[in-house]
Amino acid sequence: MIALLILLLAAGQVAPLDSGVPALAPPPAPPGAVRAFDTPNDAGKSINVRWSAADKLAETWLVERTEPDSVKVIASNKPGEMSYLDEDVRDGIPYAYRVAAVTAADTVWSEPSPAVTSSPQFFNLSRINILIAMAIFFVLVIYYIETAKKGKNLFVRRIAGLDAVEEAVGRATEMGKPIVYVPGLGSVADIATIASLNILGEVAKKTAQYDSALLVPNRDPIVYTVAREIVKESYTKAGRPDAFKPDSVFFVTSEQFAFAAAVDGLMVREKPATNFFLGMFWAESLVLAETGAQTGAIQIAGTDSVFQLPFFITACDYTLIGEELYAASAYLSREPLLLGSLKGQDYGKMVILLTLVIGSALLLLSRLPALGFFSHVLGFFSTR
Amino acid sequence: MKRTIPLAIVLIMGITMMVQFFVPHPVSVGFYDLTTKWIRIVGAFALVLGTGSFIMFHSDKVRRRRQGWYYSIVSLIALVVTAVIGLGWGIRPGSILQNVIYASVLVPLNATMFAILAFYMASAAYRAFRARTREAALLLVAAFVVMLGMVPVGAAIWGKLPELAEWVLSVPNMAAKRAIIFGVALGGIATSLKVILGIERGWLGGGKQ
Repeated sequence: MIALLILLLAAGQVAPLDSGVPALAPPPAPPGAVRAFDTPNDAGKSINVRWSAADKLAETWLVERTEPDSVKVIASNKPGEMSYLDEDVRDGIPYAYRVAAVTAADTVWSEPSPAVTSSPQFFNLSRINILIAMAIFFVLVIYYIETAKKGKNLFVRRIAGLDAVEEAVGRATEMGKPIVYVPGLGSVADIATIASLNILGEVAKKTAQYDSALLVPNRDPIVYTVAREIVKESYTKAGRPDAFKPDSVFFVTSEQFAFAAAVDGLMVREKPATNFFLGMFWAESLVLAETGAQTGAIQIAGTDSVFQLPFFITACDYTLIGEELYAASAYLSREPLLLGSLKGQDYGKMVILLTLVIGSALLLLSRLPALGFFSHVLGFFSTR
Repeated sequence: MKRTIPLAIVLIMGITMMVQFFVPHPVSVGFYDLTTKWIRIVGAFALVLGTGSFIMFHSDKVRRRRQGWYYSIVSLIALVVTAVIGLGWGIRPGSILQNVIYASVLVPLNATMFAILAFYMASAAYRAFRARTREAALLLVAAFVVMLGMVPVGAAIWGKLPELAEWVLSVPNMAAKRAIIFGVALGGIATSLKVILGIERGWLGGGKQ
Protein backbone atom coordinates (compact mmCIF):
# COMPACT_ATOMS: atom_id res chain seq x y z
CA MET A 1 0.00 0.00 0.00
CA ILE A 2 2.81 2.37 1.04
CA ALA A 3 4.78 1.26 -1.97
CA LEU A 4 1.81 2.03 -4.21
CA LEU A 5 1.50 5.51 -2.61
CA ILE A 6 5.19 6.19 -3.21
CA LEU A 7 4.80 5.12 -6.84
CA LEU A 8 1.82 7.45 -7.31
CA LEU A 9 3.71 10.38 -5.74
CA ALA A 10 6.71 9.64 -7.93
CA ALA A 11 4.42 9.52 -10.94
CA GLY A 12 3.18 13.01 -9.93
CA GLN A 13 6.77 14.26 -10.22
CA VAL A 14 7.01 13.04 -13.80
CA ALA A 15 5.95 15.58 -16.29
CA PRO A 16 3.10 14.54 -18.50
CA LEU A 17 3.86 14.12 -22.20
CA ASP A 18 1.78 17.15 -23.23
CA SER A 19 3.14 19.65 -20.69
CA GLY A 20 3.15 22.84 -22.92
CA VAL A 21 6.97 23.15 -23.17
CA PRO A 22 7.82 23.96 -26.84
CA ALA A 23 9.78 21.49 -28.89
CA LEU A 24 13.18 22.82 -30.21
CA ALA A 25 13.04 24.44 -33.77
CA PRO A 26 15.13 22.64 -36.39
CA PRO A 27 18.40 24.42 -37.27
CA PRO A 28 18.58 26.15 -40.69
CA ALA A 29 20.33 24.42 -43.55
CA PRO A 30 23.78 25.86 -44.33
CA PRO A 31 23.87 28.35 -47.22
CA GLY A 32 24.63 26.57 -50.46
CA ALA A 33 26.94 27.36 -53.34
CA VAL A 34 28.89 30.30 -51.89
CA ARG A 35 30.54 31.91 -54.91
CA ALA A 36 33.12 34.70 -54.68
CA PHE A 37 34.39 36.35 -57.84
CA ASP A 38 36.24 39.49 -58.90
CA THR A 39 33.72 42.22 -59.82
CA PRO A 40 33.73 42.42 -63.62
CA ASN A 41 34.36 45.64 -65.62
CA ASP A 42 35.60 47.67 -62.67
CA ALA A 43 38.68 49.50 -61.42
CA GLY A 44 39.59 46.67 -59.01
CA LYS A 45 39.43 46.63 -55.17
CA SER A 46 36.07 44.84 -55.21
CA ILE A 47 34.84 41.22 -54.89
CA ASN A 48 31.28 39.93 -55.34
CA VAL A 49 29.98 37.23 -52.96
CA ARG A 50 26.78 35.32 -53.81
CA TRP A 51 25.06 32.35 -52.22
CA SER A 52 21.77 30.45 -52.27
CA ALA A 53 19.39 29.49 -49.46
CA ALA A 54 18.49 25.82 -48.94
CA ASP A 55 15.47 26.79 -46.83
CA LYS A 56 13.68 29.91 -45.58
CA LEU A 57 14.63 29.63 -41.92
CA ALA A 58 17.53 32.10 -41.85
CA GLU A 59 16.74 35.39 -40.09
CA THR A 60 20.12 36.92 -40.93
CA TRP A 61 23.10 36.05 -43.13
CA LEU A 62 26.61 36.64 -41.84
CA VAL A 63 29.47 37.03 -44.31
CA GLU A 64 32.94 36.11 -43.09
CA ARG A 65 36.15 36.93 -44.93
CA THR A 66 39.38 34.97 -44.56
CA GLU A 67 42.52 36.92 -45.40
CA PRO A 68 46.08 35.59 -45.33
CA ASP A 69 46.55 36.95 -41.79
CA SER A 70 43.06 37.30 -40.30
CA VAL A 71 39.44 36.13 -40.28
CA LYS A 72 36.53 38.52 -39.65
CA VAL A 73 32.80 38.89 -40.14
CA ILE A 74 32.36 41.74 -42.61
CA ALA A 75 28.61 41.92 -43.20
CA SER A 76 25.20 41.04 -41.83
CA ASN A 77 22.47 40.78 -44.48
CA LYS A 78 18.67 40.63 -44.25
CA PRO A 79 16.99 37.30 -45.22
CA GLY A 80 16.23 38.37 -48.82
CA GLU A 81 19.73 39.74 -49.53
CA MET A 82 21.82 36.85 -50.80
CA SER A 83 24.75 38.77 -52.25
CA TYR A 84 27.42 41.11 -50.90
CA LEU A 85 29.80 43.50 -52.65
CA ASP A 86 33.05 43.63 -50.70
CA GLU A 87 34.74 46.92 -51.56
CA ASP A 88 37.24 46.79 -48.72
CA VAL A 89 39.79 44.54 -50.44
CA ARG A 90 43.25 45.00 -51.92
CA ASP A 91 44.10 43.90 -55.43
CA GLY A 92 46.17 40.73 -55.77
CA ILE A 93 45.48 39.41 -52.22
CA PRO A 94 43.61 36.05 -52.03
CA TYR A 95 40.36 36.14 -50.02
CA ALA A 96 37.98 33.28 -49.12
CA TYR A 97 34.42 33.75 -47.89
CA ARG A 98 31.99 31.81 -45.71
CA VAL A 99 28.33 32.62 -45.14
CA ALA A 100 26.27 31.67 -42.07
CA ALA A 101 22.51 31.20 -41.84
CA VAL A 102 21.54 32.64 -38.45
CA THR A 103 18.40 31.98 -36.38
CA ALA A 104 17.70 32.83 -32.73
CA ALA A 105 19.07 29.45 -31.66
CA ASP A 106 21.62 28.48 -34.30
CA THR A 107 24.37 29.77 -36.55
CA VAL A 108 25.16 27.37 -39.38
CA TRP A 109 28.21 28.10 -41.55
CA SER A 110 28.68 27.16 -45.19
CA GLU A 111 31.77 25.65 -46.73
CA PRO A 112 34.35 28.37 -47.56
CA SER A 113 34.50 29.55 -51.15
CA PRO A 114 37.66 29.01 -53.19
CA ALA A 115 40.16 31.87 -52.70
CA VAL A 116 39.71 34.78 -55.10
CA THR A 117 41.74 37.91 -55.91
CA SER A 118 40.48 41.24 -57.24
CA SER A 119 42.09 43.08 -60.15
CA PRO A 120 41.32 46.12 -62.32
CA GLN A 121 40.10 45.53 -65.88
CA PHE A 122 41.35 47.20 -69.02
CA PHE A 123 38.08 47.06 -70.95
CA ASN A 124 34.50 47.46 -69.77
CA LEU A 125 32.74 44.60 -71.58
CA SER A 126 29.31 45.84 -70.49
CA ARG A 127 29.84 48.86 -72.77
CA ILE A 128 30.66 46.85 -75.89
CA ASN A 129 27.19 47.65 -77.29
CA ILE A 130 28.00 51.37 -77.09
CA LEU A 131 31.32 50.74 -78.83
CA ILE A 132 29.58 48.88 -81.67
CA ALA A 133 26.93 51.62 -82.01
CA MET A 134 29.64 54.30 -82.04
CA ALA A 135 31.66 52.41 -84.64
CA ILE A 136 28.61 52.06 -86.92
CA PHE A 137 27.81 55.75 -86.54
CA PHE A 138 31.40 56.87 -87.10
CA VAL A 139 31.62 54.74 -90.26
CA LEU A 140 28.37 56.29 -91.55
CA VAL A 141 29.52 59.87 -90.86
CA ILE A 142 33.00 59.35 -92.32
CA TYR A 143 31.56 57.55 -95.38
CA TYR A 144 29.26 60.48 -96.19
CA ILE A 145 32.04 63.01 -95.54
CA GLU A 146 34.17 61.13 -98.09
CA THR A 147 31.19 61.04 -100.49
CA ALA A 148 30.84 64.81 -100.12
CA LYS A 149 34.57 65.25 -100.74
CA LYS A 150 34.14 63.49 -104.11
CA GLY A 151 31.73 66.25 -105.08
CA LYS A 152 28.45 64.32 -104.87
CA ASN A 153 25.49 66.66 -104.37
CA LEU A 154 23.82 65.92 -101.02
CA PHE A 155 20.23 66.94 -100.43
CA VAL A 156 19.45 68.65 -97.11
CA ARG A 157 15.86 69.49 -96.20
CA ARG A 158 14.83 73.12 -95.81
CA ILE A 159 15.14 74.62 -92.32
CA ALA A 160 12.92 77.71 -92.13
CA GLY A 161 14.73 79.22 -89.16
CA LEU A 162 18.04 79.20 -91.01
CA ASP A 163 16.56 80.49 -94.25
CA ALA A 164 15.36 83.47 -92.23
CA VAL A 165 18.88 84.44 -91.06
CA GLU A 166 19.62 86.46 -94.21
CA GLU A 167 16.25 88.21 -94.00
CA ALA A 168 16.72 88.94 -90.29
CA VAL A 169 20.15 90.51 -90.82
CA GLY A 170 18.85 92.51 -93.79
CA ARG A 171 15.96 93.79 -91.71
CA ALA A 172 18.38 95.08 -89.06
CA THR A 173 20.32 96.94 -91.75
CA GLU A 174 17.17 98.53 -93.16
CA MET A 175 15.99 99.61 -89.73
CA GLY A 176 19.43 100.82 -88.65
CA LYS A 177 19.13 98.79 -85.46
CA PRO A 178 21.53 96.26 -83.93
CA ILE A 179 21.38 92.46 -83.83
CA VAL A 180 21.63 90.74 -80.45
CA TYR A 181 23.21 87.30 -80.52
CA VAL A 182 23.13 85.28 -77.27
CA PRO A 183 25.30 82.13 -77.58
CA GLY A 184 23.46 80.45 -74.69
CA LEU A 185 24.45 80.18 -71.07
CA GLY A 186 26.40 76.94 -71.36
CA SER A 187 30.14 76.43 -71.21
CA VAL A 188 32.37 75.86 -74.21
CA ALA A 189 32.28 72.13 -73.37
CA ASP A 190 28.57 71.96 -74.30
CA ILE A 191 27.87 70.77 -77.84
CA ALA A 192 25.05 73.31 -78.16
CA THR A 193 27.49 76.13 -77.37
CA ILE A 194 29.98 74.86 -79.97
CA ALA A 195 27.14 74.69 -82.53
CA SER A 196 26.04 78.20 -81.57
CA LEU A 197 29.58 79.57 -81.97
CA ASN A 198 29.74 78.03 -85.46
CA ILE A 199 26.48 79.80 -86.39
CA LEU A 200 27.82 83.03 -84.86
CA GLY A 201 30.66 82.92 -87.38
CA GLU A 202 28.17 82.77 -90.28
CA VAL A 203 25.91 85.48 -88.79
CA ALA A 204 28.92 87.75 -88.15
CA LYS A 205 29.99 87.38 -91.80
CA LYS A 206 26.53 88.53 -92.88
CA THR A 207 26.48 91.46 -90.44
CA ALA A 208 29.89 92.49 -91.78
CA GLN A 209 28.61 92.33 -95.38
CA TYR A 210 25.41 94.24 -94.55
CA ASP A 211 27.23 96.64 -92.19
CA SER A 212 24.83 95.94 -89.31
CA ALA A 213 25.71 96.38 -85.64
CA LEU A 214 26.18 93.10 -83.75
CA LEU A 215 25.99 92.73 -79.94
CA VAL A 216 27.10 89.46 -78.34
CA PRO A 217 26.60 89.32 -74.55
CA ASN A 218 28.25 86.31 -72.87
CA ARG A 219 27.75 84.45 -69.64
CA ASP A 220 30.83 82.24 -69.77
CA PRO A 221 34.30 83.84 -69.85
CA ILE A 222 35.78 81.12 -72.10
CA VAL A 223 32.83 81.37 -74.50
CA TYR A 224 33.33 85.17 -74.49
CA THR A 225 36.98 84.78 -75.51
CA VAL A 226 36.15 82.33 -78.32
CA ALA A 227 33.12 84.35 -79.52
CA ARG A 228 35.22 87.51 -79.72
CA GLU A 229 37.83 85.79 -81.88
CA ILE A 230 35.15 84.22 -84.10
CA VAL A 231 33.44 87.57 -84.77
CA LYS A 232 36.77 89.26 -85.42
CA GLU A 233 37.77 86.49 -87.86
CA SER A 234 34.40 86.65 -89.66
CA TYR A 235 34.74 90.39 -90.19
CA THR A 236 38.22 89.82 -91.59
CA LYS A 237 36.98 87.05 -93.91
CA ALA A 238 34.18 89.34 -95.13
CA GLY A 239 36.83 91.94 -96.01
CA ARG A 240 35.67 94.36 -93.29
CA PRO A 241 38.24 94.08 -90.46
CA ASP A 242 37.83 97.83 -89.84
CA ALA A 243 34.11 97.35 -89.08
CA PHE A 244 34.78 95.02 -86.13
CA LYS A 245 34.15 96.74 -82.79
CA PRO A 246 36.00 95.00 -79.93
CA ASP A 247 33.31 95.98 -77.41
CA SER A 248 30.52 94.39 -79.49
CA VAL A 249 31.36 91.02 -77.89
CA PHE A 250 31.41 91.34 -74.12
CA PHE A 251 31.24 89.37 -70.88
CA VAL A 252 28.25 90.23 -68.69
CA THR A 253 28.18 87.94 -65.63
CA SER A 254 28.21 84.24 -64.84
CA GLU A 255 25.05 84.59 -62.69
CA GLN A 256 22.11 83.09 -64.58
CA PHE A 257 19.37 85.58 -63.71
CA ALA A 258 21.70 88.57 -63.52
CA PHE A 259 22.66 87.71 -67.10
CA ALA A 260 19.00 87.45 -68.09
CA ALA A 261 18.30 90.85 -66.47
CA ALA A 262 21.26 92.44 -68.26
CA VAL A 263 20.23 91.09 -71.68
CA ASP A 264 16.62 92.16 -71.03
CA GLY A 265 17.87 95.66 -70.25
CA LEU A 266 20.00 95.66 -73.39
CA MET A 267 17.00 94.66 -75.54
CA VAL A 268 14.70 97.24 -73.95
CA ARG A 269 17.28 100.05 -74.38
CA GLU A 270 18.67 99.20 -77.82
CA LYS A 271 15.41 97.90 -79.36
CA PRO A 272 17.29 95.45 -81.64
CA ALA A 273 15.75 94.46 -84.98
CA THR A 274 16.79 90.83 -84.60
CA ASN A 275 17.55 88.55 -81.67
CA PHE A 276 19.33 85.23 -81.88
CA PHE A 277 19.06 82.89 -78.88
CA LEU A 278 21.10 79.86 -79.86
CA GLY A 279 22.75 77.40 -77.48
CA MET A 280 22.13 76.08 -73.98
CA PHE A 281 19.34 77.73 -72.03
CA TRP A 282 17.62 77.05 -68.76
CA ALA A 283 14.75 78.80 -66.94
CA GLU A 284 15.75 82.21 -68.31
CA SER A 285 14.80 81.20 -71.89
CA LEU A 286 11.29 82.66 -71.67
CA VAL A 287 12.48 85.76 -69.76
CA LEU A 288 14.76 86.56 -72.72
CA ALA A 289 12.44 85.48 -75.54
CA GLU A 290 9.33 87.18 -74.19
CA THR A 291 11.15 90.46 -73.56
CA GLY A 292 12.55 90.28 -77.08
CA ALA A 293 9.07 89.63 -78.49
CA GLN A 294 7.69 92.64 -76.63
CA THR A 295 10.37 94.90 -78.16
CA GLY A 296 9.15 93.84 -81.62
CA ALA A 297 12.33 92.08 -82.79
CA ILE A 298 12.42 89.14 -85.21
CA GLN A 299 13.62 86.24 -83.08
CA ILE A 300 15.46 83.11 -84.12
CA ALA A 301 16.05 80.65 -81.29
CA GLY A 302 17.49 77.19 -81.01
CA THR A 303 18.40 74.80 -78.23
CA ASP A 304 18.83 71.11 -77.53
CA SER A 305 17.02 71.36 -74.20
CA VAL A 306 13.60 69.72 -74.63
CA PHE A 307 12.38 71.62 -71.57
CA GLN A 308 13.08 75.06 -73.06
CA LEU A 309 11.94 74.37 -76.63
CA PRO A 310 8.22 75.00 -75.90
CA PHE A 311 9.08 78.46 -74.53
CA PHE A 312 11.09 79.36 -77.61
CA ILE A 313 8.46 77.98 -79.98
CA THR A 314 5.85 80.10 -78.20
CA ALA A 315 7.79 83.36 -77.99
CA CYS A 316 10.05 83.31 -81.09
CA ASP A 317 9.39 83.57 -84.83
CA TYR A 318 11.66 80.65 -85.74
CA THR A 319 13.00 77.86 -83.55
CA LEU A 320 15.74 75.38 -84.37
CA ILE A 321 14.69 72.17 -82.67
CA GLY A 322 17.46 70.03 -81.19
CA GLU A 323 19.74 68.72 -83.92
CA GLU A 324 18.73 71.53 -86.33
CA LEU A 325 20.97 73.70 -84.16
CA TYR A 326 23.90 71.37 -84.86
CA ALA A 327 23.03 71.27 -88.55
CA ALA A 328 22.98 75.05 -88.83
CA SER A 329 26.65 75.67 -89.57
CA ALA A 330 26.57 73.09 -92.39
CA TYR A 331 23.31 74.53 -93.72
CA LEU A 332 24.54 78.11 -93.71
CA SER A 333 28.07 77.50 -94.98
CA ARG A 334 27.09 74.71 -97.45
CA GLU A 335 30.53 73.20 -96.94
CA PRO A 336 30.49 69.66 -98.41
CA LEU A 337 32.38 68.17 -95.46
CA LEU A 338 29.83 69.50 -92.97
CA LEU A 339 26.89 68.47 -95.18
CA GLY A 340 28.35 64.95 -95.40
CA SER A 341 28.26 64.57 -91.63
CA LEU A 342 24.60 65.65 -91.69
CA LYS A 343 23.75 62.79 -94.03
CA GLY A 344 25.62 60.43 -91.72
CA GLN A 345 23.44 61.64 -88.84
CA ASP A 346 20.27 61.01 -90.84
CA TYR A 347 21.29 57.42 -91.59
CA GLY A 348 22.31 57.00 -87.95
CA LYS A 349 18.75 57.92 -87.00
CA MET A 350 17.49 55.33 -89.46
CA VAL A 351 19.63 52.68 -87.72
CA ILE A 352 18.19 53.74 -84.34
CA LEU A 353 14.64 53.55 -85.73
CA LEU A 354 15.31 50.06 -87.08
CA THR A 355 16.80 49.00 -83.73
CA LEU A 356 13.71 50.32 -81.93
CA VAL A 357 11.36 48.33 -84.18
CA ILE A 358 13.44 45.13 -83.83
CA GLY A 359 13.79 45.65 -80.05
CA SER A 360 10.03 46.15 -79.64
CA ALA A 361 9.34 42.99 -81.64
CA LEU A 362 11.85 41.00 -79.57
CA LEU A 363 10.30 42.30 -76.36
CA LEU A 364 6.89 41.10 -77.50
CA LEU A 365 8.26 37.71 -78.56
CA SER A 366 10.22 37.23 -75.31
CA ARG A 367 6.92 37.33 -73.43
CA LEU A 368 5.96 34.02 -75.10
CA PRO A 369 7.21 31.11 -72.93
CA ALA A 370 8.69 29.27 -75.91
CA LEU A 371 10.69 32.34 -77.01
CA GLY A 372 12.01 33.48 -73.63
CA PHE A 373 15.60 33.32 -74.91
CA PHE A 374 14.99 36.63 -76.72
CA SER A 375 15.27 38.34 -73.35
CA HIS A 376 19.03 37.53 -73.45
CA VAL A 377 19.27 39.25 -76.84
CA LEU A 378 17.51 42.29 -75.36
CA GLY A 379 19.98 42.32 -72.47
CA PHE A 380 22.70 43.23 -74.98
CA PHE A 381 21.00 46.59 -75.56
CA SER A 382 21.03 47.59 -71.89
CA THR A 383 23.87 49.77 -70.64
CA ARG A 384 25.66 50.14 -67.34
CA MET B 1 51.02 76.97 -85.83
CA LYS B 2 48.36 78.93 -83.97
CA ARG B 3 45.74 76.55 -85.40
CA THR B 4 47.74 73.34 -85.82
CA ILE B 5 48.65 72.97 -82.14
CA PRO B 6 45.08 73.40 -80.79
CA LEU B 7 43.78 71.00 -83.48
CA ALA B 8 46.42 68.41 -82.54
CA ILE B 9 45.57 68.79 -78.82
CA VAL B 10 41.84 68.36 -79.57
CA LEU B 11 42.50 65.29 -81.74
CA ILE B 12 44.73 63.58 -79.16
CA MET B 13 42.59 64.49 -76.14
CA GLY B 14 39.32 63.69 -77.95
CA ILE B 15 40.44 60.19 -78.88
CA THR B 16 42.01 59.65 -75.44
CA MET B 17 38.80 60.63 -73.63
CA MET B 18 36.79 58.38 -75.96
CA VAL B 19 39.05 55.43 -75.13
CA GLN B 20 38.91 56.37 -71.43
CA PHE B 21 35.14 55.80 -71.41
CA PHE B 22 35.71 52.08 -72.12
CA VAL B 23 38.65 51.58 -69.75
CA PRO B 24 37.75 51.14 -66.06
CA HIS B 25 41.38 50.76 -64.92
CA PRO B 26 42.42 53.14 -62.07
CA VAL B 27 45.00 54.80 -64.34
CA SER B 28 42.22 55.71 -66.78
CA VAL B 29 39.87 56.92 -64.00
CA GLY B 30 42.70 58.94 -62.45
CA PHE B 31 43.44 60.55 -65.81
CA TYR B 32 39.76 61.51 -66.19
CA ASP B 33 39.76 63.11 -62.71
CA LEU B 34 42.95 65.00 -63.55
CA THR B 35 41.51 66.45 -66.78
CA THR B 36 38.35 67.65 -65.01
CA LYS B 37 40.64 69.52 -62.57
CA TRP B 38 42.49 71.05 -65.53
CA ILE B 39 39.18 72.30 -66.96
CA ARG B 40 38.42 74.07 -63.66
CA ILE B 41 41.86 75.69 -63.61
CA VAL B 42 41.54 76.87 -67.24
CA GLY B 43 38.10 78.27 -66.34
CA ALA B 44 39.61 80.24 -63.46
CA PHE B 45 42.14 81.85 -65.83
CA ALA B 46 39.36 82.68 -68.31
CA LEU B 47 37.48 84.48 -65.52
CA VAL B 48 40.30 87.05 -65.49
CA LEU B 49 39.60 87.73 -69.19
CA GLY B 50 35.89 87.98 -68.42
CA THR B 51 36.50 90.46 -65.61
CA GLY B 52 38.70 92.51 -67.92
CA SER B 53 35.93 92.62 -70.52
CA PHE B 54 33.39 93.59 -67.84
CA ILE B 55 35.51 96.53 -66.61
CA MET B 56 36.34 97.72 -70.16
CA PHE B 57 32.72 97.52 -71.33
CA HIS B 58 31.22 99.41 -68.38
CA SER B 59 33.99 102.01 -67.98
CA ASP B 60 33.70 102.79 -71.72
CA LYS B 61 29.93 103.17 -71.31
CA VAL B 62 30.40 105.62 -68.42
CA ARG B 63 33.11 107.55 -70.27
CA ARG B 64 30.94 107.97 -73.39
CA ARG B 65 27.79 108.65 -71.34
CA ARG B 66 25.82 106.03 -73.31
CA GLN B 67 22.20 105.25 -72.52
CA GLY B 68 21.93 103.73 -69.03
CA TRP B 69 25.54 104.68 -68.13
CA TYR B 70 24.60 105.15 -64.46
CA TYR B 71 23.76 101.43 -64.23
CA SER B 72 27.32 100.76 -65.31
CA ILE B 73 28.57 102.79 -62.31
CA VAL B 74 26.46 100.56 -60.03
CA SER B 75 27.90 97.46 -61.73
CA LEU B 76 31.48 98.62 -61.31
CA ILE B 77 30.93 99.61 -57.65
CA ALA B 78 29.31 96.21 -56.99
CA LEU B 79 32.29 94.44 -58.57
CA VAL B 80 34.81 96.37 -56.43
CA VAL B 81 32.81 96.07 -53.17
CA THR B 82 32.25 92.31 -53.63
CA ALA B 83 35.91 91.72 -54.45
CA VAL B 84 37.14 93.79 -51.48
CA ILE B 85 34.75 92.05 -49.02
CA GLY B 86 35.60 88.62 -50.42
CA LEU B 87 39.35 89.16 -50.33
CA GLY B 88 39.34 91.01 -46.99
CA TRP B 89 36.82 89.03 -44.92
CA GLY B 90 36.83 85.64 -46.66
CA ILE B 91 34.09 83.63 -48.37
CA ARG B 92 33.33 81.03 -45.69
CA PRO B 93 29.74 80.39 -44.53
CA GLY B 94 28.87 83.08 -42.01
CA SER B 95 31.14 85.69 -43.62
CA ILE B 96 29.87 89.11 -44.73
CA LEU B 97 29.98 87.96 -48.36
CA GLN B 98 27.82 84.94 -47.54
CA ASN B 99 25.38 86.65 -45.16
CA VAL B 100 25.01 90.08 -46.72
CA ILE B 101 25.96 89.99 -50.40
CA TYR B 102 24.80 86.46 -51.18
CA ALA B 103 21.88 85.76 -48.82
CA SER B 104 20.48 89.30 -48.57
CA VAL B 105 21.18 90.68 -52.04
CA LEU B 106 21.86 88.02 -54.67
CA VAL B 107 19.31 85.39 -53.59
CA PRO B 108 16.34 87.84 -53.40
CA LEU B 109 17.33 89.40 -56.75
CA ASN B 110 17.53 85.96 -58.38
CA ALA B 111 14.18 85.04 -56.82
CA THR B 112 12.66 88.25 -58.23
CA MET B 113 13.85 87.46 -61.73
CA PHE B 114 12.58 83.90 -61.41
CA ALA B 115 9.20 85.17 -60.17
CA ILE B 116 8.87 87.43 -63.23
CA LEU B 117 8.84 84.20 -65.25
CA ALA B 118 5.26 83.57 -64.10
CA PHE B 119 4.08 86.80 -65.76
CA TYR B 120 6.03 86.03 -68.93
CA MET B 121 4.41 82.60 -69.01
CA ALA B 122 0.97 84.19 -68.85
CA SER B 123 1.70 86.62 -71.71
CA ALA B 124 3.38 83.90 -73.82
CA ALA B 125 0.49 81.51 -73.20
CA TYR B 126 -2.00 84.17 -74.32
CA ARG B 127 -0.14 84.52 -77.61
CA ALA B 128 0.38 80.78 -78.12
CA PHE B 129 -3.18 79.77 -77.39
CA ARG B 130 -4.79 81.89 -80.06
CA ALA B 131 -5.92 79.06 -82.30
CA ARG B 132 -4.98 80.55 -85.67
CA THR B 133 -3.56 77.37 -87.14
CA ARG B 134 -4.32 73.66 -86.75
CA GLU B 135 -1.13 73.16 -84.73
CA ALA B 136 -1.98 76.05 -82.41
CA ALA B 137 -5.50 74.65 -81.94
CA LEU B 138 -4.03 71.23 -81.09
CA LEU B 139 -1.64 72.90 -78.62
CA LEU B 140 -4.54 74.78 -77.06
CA VAL B 141 -6.65 71.62 -76.60
CA ALA B 142 -3.70 69.59 -75.24
CA ALA B 143 -2.72 72.37 -72.82
CA PHE B 144 -6.32 72.77 -71.68
CA VAL B 145 -6.63 69.03 -70.97
CA VAL B 146 -3.28 68.84 -69.14
CA MET B 147 -3.87 71.98 -67.04
CA LEU B 148 -7.39 70.94 -66.05
CA GLY B 149 -6.29 67.37 -65.38
CA MET B 150 -3.63 68.55 -62.94
CA VAL B 151 -6.01 70.47 -60.66
CA PRO B 152 -8.84 69.10 -58.44
CA VAL B 153 -11.54 70.88 -60.41
CA GLY B 154 -10.61 68.79 -63.48
CA ALA B 155 -11.45 65.55 -61.68
CA ALA B 156 -14.67 67.14 -60.44
CA ILE B 157 -15.71 67.95 -64.05
CA TRP B 158 -14.89 64.47 -65.34
CA GLY B 159 -13.30 61.66 -63.35
CA LYS B 160 -11.19 60.43 -66.28
CA LEU B 161 -9.62 63.85 -66.99
CA PRO B 162 -6.54 63.36 -64.72
CA GLU B 163 -5.89 60.02 -66.47
CA LEU B 164 -6.22 61.66 -69.88
CA ALA B 165 -3.82 64.44 -68.84
CA GLU B 166 -1.33 61.83 -67.64
CA TRP B 167 -1.68 59.96 -70.96
CA VAL B 168 -1.03 63.15 -72.97
CA LEU B 169 2.16 63.74 -70.96
CA SER B 170 3.45 60.18 -70.91
CA VAL B 171 2.59 59.02 -74.47
CA PRO B 172 2.44 61.66 -77.26
CA ASN B 173 4.54 64.19 -75.33
CA MET B 174 7.15 61.58 -74.37
CA ALA B 175 7.28 60.23 -77.94
CA ALA B 176 8.04 63.71 -79.32
CA LYS B 177 10.62 64.33 -76.58
CA ARG B 178 12.40 61.06 -77.35
CA ALA B 179 12.49 61.85 -81.06
CA ILE B 180 14.19 65.17 -80.25
CA ILE B 181 16.58 63.52 -77.77
CA PHE B 182 17.66 60.90 -80.36
CA GLY B 183 18.45 63.65 -82.83
CA VAL B 184 20.27 65.67 -80.18
CA ALA B 185 22.36 62.67 -79.11
CA LEU B 186 23.39 61.80 -82.67
CA GLY B 187 23.95 65.46 -83.53
CA GLY B 188 26.12 65.79 -80.43
CA ILE B 189 28.23 62.78 -81.39
CA ALA B 190 28.56 64.00 -84.99
CA THR B 191 29.53 67.50 -83.87
CA SER B 192 32.08 66.07 -81.43
CA LEU B 193 33.50 63.89 -84.20
CA LYS B 194 33.74 66.89 -86.55
CA VAL B 195 35.53 68.93 -83.87
CA ILE B 196 37.91 66.06 -83.04
CA LEU B 197 38.72 65.43 -86.71
CA GLY B 198 39.18 69.16 -87.32
CA ILE B 199 36.31 69.40 -89.85
CA GLU B 200 34.43 71.89 -87.68
CA ARG B 201 36.88 74.66 -86.80
CA GLY B 202 34.63 77.56 -85.86
CA TRP B 203 35.62 77.25 -82.20
CA LEU B 204 39.22 78.13 -83.10
CA GLY B 205 38.23 81.74 -83.72
CA GLY B 206 40.71 83.87 -85.61
CA GLY B 207 44.43 83.78 -86.06
CA LYS B 208 46.85 82.75 -88.78
CA GLN B 209 47.89 79.20 -89.57
